Amino acid sequence: MSHPGLDELREWDDRVVGLVDAFGLECAPQEFEICDHNDMLGYMAYSGMPSQYPHWSFGKAFEKQKTLYDHGVSGLPYEMVINSDPSLAYLMRDNSLGLNILTMAHVYGHNDFFRNNSTFVDTEPQYTLARFKSHAERIRSYVEDPVAGPTAVEATLDAAHALALNCQRNMSLRKTTRSEQQQRAIDMSTPPTDPNAAIHAPLSKEDPDLSRIPLEPEPDLLLFIRDYNPYLAEWQKDILTIVHEQAHYFIPQMETKIMNEGWASYWHYQVMSELDLPDDLRIEFMINHNQVIRPHPGGINPYHVGFRIWQAIYEREEGAGPIDHRRRDAGHHALFAARESDRDSSFLRRFLDRDLVRDLGLFEFTEKGRDTVVSKVADDQGWESVRDTLVASVGTGSLPVIEITDADFQGSRHLHLVHRYQGQELELPHARATMELLRTLWGRDVFLDTVLNEKPARLHCSEDGFSAESTDR
Amino acid sequence: MGATFRPASRESSDRSAGDRLRHRQKVRRSIMDNIGDIVAEESIIGRSGDQVVKVPIRGIKEYQFIHGKNQPSVGEGAGDDLAEGDVIARKPGDAAGKPGQAGEEAGVDYYETDITLDELIDMMFEDLNLPDLERKQMSSIESLRNTKRKGYRKVGLRVRLDRRRTVRNKIRRSLSTSSRTDVANDERVPFRAEDLSYRHRTTEIHKESNAAVFCIMDTSGSMGTTKKYLARSFFFMLYQFVARRYEKVDVIFLSHDIDAREVTEDEFFHKGESGGTFVSSGYNKALEIITDRYHPDLWNVYAFHCSDGDNFASDNPSAIKSAQELCDACNMFGYGEIKPQRATAYGNSLIDIFKAVAAPNFHAVLIEGKEDVWPAFKAFLGAEEDSA
Repeated sequence: MSHPGLDELREWDDRVVGLVDAFGLECAPQEFEICDHNDMLGYMAYSGMPSQYPHWSFGKAFEKQKTLYDHGVSGLPYEMVINSDPSLAYLMRDNSLGLNILTMAHVYGHNDFFRNNSTFVDTEPQYTLARFKSHAERIRSYVEDPVAGPTAVEATLDAAHALALNCQRNMSLRKTTRSEQQQRAIDMSTPPTDPNAAIHAPLSKEDPDLSRIPLEPEPDLLLFIRDYNPYLAEWQKDILTIVHEQAHYFIPQMETKIMNEGWASYWHYQVMSELDLPDDLRIEFMINHNQVIRPHPGGINPYHVGFRIWQAIYEREEGAGPIDHRRRDAGHHALFAARESDRDSSFLRRFLDRDLVRDLGLFEFTEKGRDTVVSKVADDQGWESVRDTLVASVGTGSLPVIEITDADFQGSRHLHLVHRYQGQELELPHARATMELLRTLWGRDVFLDTVLNEKPARLHCSEDGFSAESTDR
Repeated sequence: MGATFRPASRESSDRSAGDRLRHRQKVRRSIMDNIGDIVAEESIIGRSGDQVVKVPIRGIKEYQFIHGKNQPSVGEGAGDDLAEGDVIARKPGDAAGKPGQAGEEAGVDYYETDITLDELIDMMFEDLNLPDLERKQMSSIESLRNTKRKGYRKVGLRVRLDRRRTVRNKIRRSLSTSSRTDVANDERVPFRAEDLSYRHRTTEIHKESNAAVFCIMDTSGSMGTTKKYLARSFFFMLYQFVARRYEKVDVIFLSHDIDAREVTEDEFFHKGESGGTFVSSGYNKALEIITDRYHPDLWNVYAFHCSDGDNFASDNPSAIKSAQELCDACNMFGYGEIKPQRATAYGNSLIDIFKAVAAPNFHAVLIEGKEDVWPAFKAFLGAEEDSA
């Protein structure tokens, strides 16, 4: 194994970039930071962010990573790329030259994807690093502020973290303002023009209650609490904003995990294949590549599934012949169109066909008692169901949808939420703990309508404790 | 355009140190919160101090709304022969499938951490929050007396005069108070009282503190395994507590039904049970041993008796009398009545009868289950504090 110097890396980078450009990837300027494995462990706990606010959960993440690493259960990631502009990625000094070249090629795939996929349109990558730095500084200032202090800041962060992912997860939907919602409510209650108004009584018109808060079910829990709990201190509101902004930054990456990793793997493979590597590096590349995209039996390896789907998209247009990505052929257009418009759920629904489901050996399983039982396989009847289950479980799809429906429930400023039940019940101990945290932020009782044991139920969290009662009549 | 390469910008700093520290504090806090449950775990009782134990922790999970179990998931890598209904994994467990086994229920957030028993016991006593443990009187005997040098004094016995230091002091003084020409005059400078320096000696007394712990257990027919286990938890804590306060601790195991015998630890906990109950027999045996081997002037005696409270009625008066005597001989005498799940008692219960025992260092506790052991122990020690 050789330990490459910077000059050597630069030389290879030039060749990689040449191919990346020729293949039509559109990348932001790229920066690589050369670090050692300790730095890498540190970065992992903070999702690669050079600065992050202090919170024990990062310490927990670090301990976990380090334990796994020390025991050899998991290695260190080859690549960690931050969706920023310029794009920031890390190369480990101790990695061999071959692995670092592969990492660079892979990183350019992510770089292009961040820049061009519609899910990331609102992430404002030019401000990413500055924003996280500002978050860190603000929270540190609250920790030092005697009015807030470390204990209260931690409690607010704990509660905010619990609710962070309960927000509008489809970034392409615009958030409606309150006045727009009012207008919509008025429009909805106005009866349509009646062409036969002369011959029967006019349709009754009911005035909508425009004072109701919220007018429409509200998925952004943190923002709603920030805006409608008058008893929160300014620093608390700012913490809610910070945690929401971070969730907003990370959700697009969760929503495109398979596409993004598949895309980067697809392009590192194309780049590395065309690089004219010397034999030893070529063999090392083949070994590493196969490690990265090997199937994880019983689980889903996004690198593998994504890689295979991208491959299939190209082959569907061009056949399985020799590939020249310098040509702008139909295959090229199909790839770049999907890269721009899809996210994992639509990507899988559109491109994961029966052949792929079978080739990937996908199957559906459920737990029955102590047994894990195969419930669907990729046969004529089962493959669509397998695909749909996968579609439903990718990204934030696996998380329950919970919306605020009333901020003045029972006329006592209690918070009322509804779980949009889609066949899966909430895990009760988690729901309870989360509601207790939610109550600390809202300051009043919290109600959640959901389904328990297949019957409608209402969870109630108050000062006196937690209760769950059936509302089935 | 090629990329920018730069070596790690900062000197390698341990940026997660603060967050790790806070996480560890929370882990510790969580252990403290559950210490009552933890110390009553079977796996902990009777281990030696440096052994690592696994401690279940609750509450450092990061919560959010999630779906429950039994949702279908998708995996990859199925071979051609995989068919619907195939079992691909089975959770470990005994095939018989005992219903209601703890740990099978979903959603209880446990994860385990490693900790040595010593650390755990430190936390136990930290949790007790007993003020000034050390200051309390405990009889100790002088085992060693020697003197050693300790600095210098201006006054002292003539024989301890340090001549060298005294002369040096004089020269120093003369140099600082007189001019150079004076010294050249070779004028005689006399000693003054302030020049004198005596070696100082102090006496060190080593005290040895000894404690004897009497574990007295009822092994009559009514003491089943559960009751014995609860008793054992209590004795374990008592031993750990006493062992931390005294240099030398003897543990005496006494088991009694109608008669009392001194037994080994192993016999104490594992011997089968039979016979009726004369509580006084155990107390008298303890008193006998105290008179023989552990004189209260030299030993701190702690005695604790575990029983299920079914004593022969005829023995009650003498039991009270013996208990009274034992209180006089001991620093602490405790009685733990063990009644799992409110087991039916045969009419009388010692805990009521012992209300007649009038001694500040007597304390009776009721233990109904594992979760009572720690509170009972705390109450027991709390009583000691009050009596001190």
